[in-house]
Amino acid sequence: MEAVYLAFVLMLSIFLGFELISKVPATLHTPLMSGANAISGITLVGALTSAGSGMDAVASLLGAVAVTFATINVVGGYLVTNRMLGMFKKKESPRQPEAPA
Amino acid sequence: MSQELINVFYIVAAALFVFGLKQLSSPATAVRGNLLSAVGMLIAVVVTLFSQGVLEFQWMAVAAIVGALIGALAAQRVAMTAMPEMVALFNGSGGVASLLVGWAALYNPGNTAFIHISILLSILIGGVTLAGSIIAWGKLSEVMTSRALVFAAQRLVNALILIALVVCGTLFMLAPALDSPYLYAVIALSLLFGVMAVIPIGGADMPVVISLLNSYSGLAACAAGFAIQNNILIVAGALVGAAGIILTNIMCKAMNRSLANVLFSGFGAVKTASKVEGEVKPINAEDAQLILEAASSVAFVPGYGMAVAQAQHVVRELGEILEKNGAEVSYAVHPVAGRMPGHMNVLLAEANVPYDQLVEMDDINPRIEHIDVAVVIGANDVVNPAARQDENSPIYGMPIINVDHARTVFVLKRSMASGFAGVDNPLFFGANTRMLFGDAKASISAVIGEFKR
Repeated sequence: MEAVYLAFVLMLSIFLGFELISKVPATLHTPLMSGANAISGITLVGALTSAGSGMDAVASLLGAVAVTFATINVVGGYLVTNRMLGMFKKKESPRQPEAPA
Repeated sequence: MSQELINVFYIVAAALFVFGLKQLSSPATAVRGNLLSAVGMLIAVVVTLFSQGVLEFQWMAVAAIVGALIGALAAQRVAMTAMPEMVALFNGSGGVASLLVGWAALYNPGNTAFIHISILLSILIGGVTLAGSIIAWGKLSEVMTSRALVFAAQRLVNALILIALVVCGTLFMLAPALDSPYLYAVIALSLLFGVMAVIPIGGADMPVVISLLNSYSGLAACAAGFAIQNNILIVAGALVGAAGIILTNIMCKAMNRSLANVLFSGFGAVKTASKVEGEVKPINAEDAQLILEAASSVAFVPGYGMAVAQAQHVVRELGEILEKNGAEVSYAVHPVAGRMPGHMNVLLAEANVPYDQLVEMDDINPRIEHIDVAVVIGANDVVNPAARQDENSPIYGMPIINVDHARTVFVLKRSMASGFAGVDNPLFFGANTRMLFGDAKASISAVIGEFKR
């Protein structure tokens, strides 16, 4: 039952993802990609549970390494996306906004 | 904290991811969207730390701090022109994290066959993402050749690797054990498969590869979610997976090729374009300035060459001069210009080009006849009329920005070598085309110098 329920969640999420992204303008494709990439660092949550389970030394080690990489992905991904998006500006007003051509 | 309560927080996190992605669809709300998504991530992480399963904090803290420092430093330092490489590396680190989470999940007690399959999948997808991303990084940063590496029997080798993967996976499933040799075989084969998947793809096709690896990194997280039976991994992973597939599809459409065609055939290996002969008409900065001064509408069409020459700042400067001069200035960006989706837009935004001046191919093409001067900067394939005219061209059928229909075209080019795909470009011989030879940055600076005289 658990597996079926998770598969159900999976299916809905995929459709939702398709719906969400199909409307993003080409201008923002790079930030979108790095932003989505940061979300894929959600595997950090899984890494934390493996690293902290305290059951087996090997599992904890694998988990800890996974935590490092996932954190790189999450922190780096969000920061770089933020940095990029900060560069996208509308035309400033000092230069006359609707100049006749 | 009870499992129910944790799941409630995970739902909040998932909702924030969805809202965040939604707001990323407009430049006006995108910064907030990214922030929302980051808050969602923070909630998911903090809640996980409070769950009863987590006992040992010290190692995790060290690991997380190291990761955060590396990530923050990389994000701060990276040049905008190197963004494709950066995203490739981030994809790779997400992939390896999922691989390791899947592997570590083997140590959980009471794993079912379903969970074992999920573990294998997260190792497989994570491994392919990791190895593929490293190769993509190598190609993009030119540590290795960016050309497509194709050799005889490549498909046979790939098929053998796939068969070996299935066989080893099956053998592992028959006797799942922590130290099963088949486990290590699956890990090694996944990495190998990742390498083999990316080496036959050439530089101009990199946007597709990056989007696809982005999708894989999400799917790997998703598989890891099944392996540890965690909702939030599945939801977030699937969102990213779907997003990556959509982008991949957009990139493929922009090149008029199927995904299979991009993945399984080296570019240019199939057809050879008809050679066009003609005479190029060079122009110097002085004459270029005279034409630009008289122009009432100018469209810049950037390509990867602009990134290589770091010319985005001088391009913006020239754009501003032309605007002051009364011309209508726009920047027309082809969906696959550069080495990743939206690459050129980010560079121009970095140079303070307002985003309302960035126009897409479908917006510029209908009115390109009324553009006085189209300035092509380091772009080749995406403005190559052979895509419309020459059925033998490897890029035949690819939608292009029809700069040849503009009243005048300036092509900035280092020298007369054909572009990446090795296709001859009839644009260079067009009656209305003028070639401005030299480094793009130097050429534009020279034109600006003429304006300032």
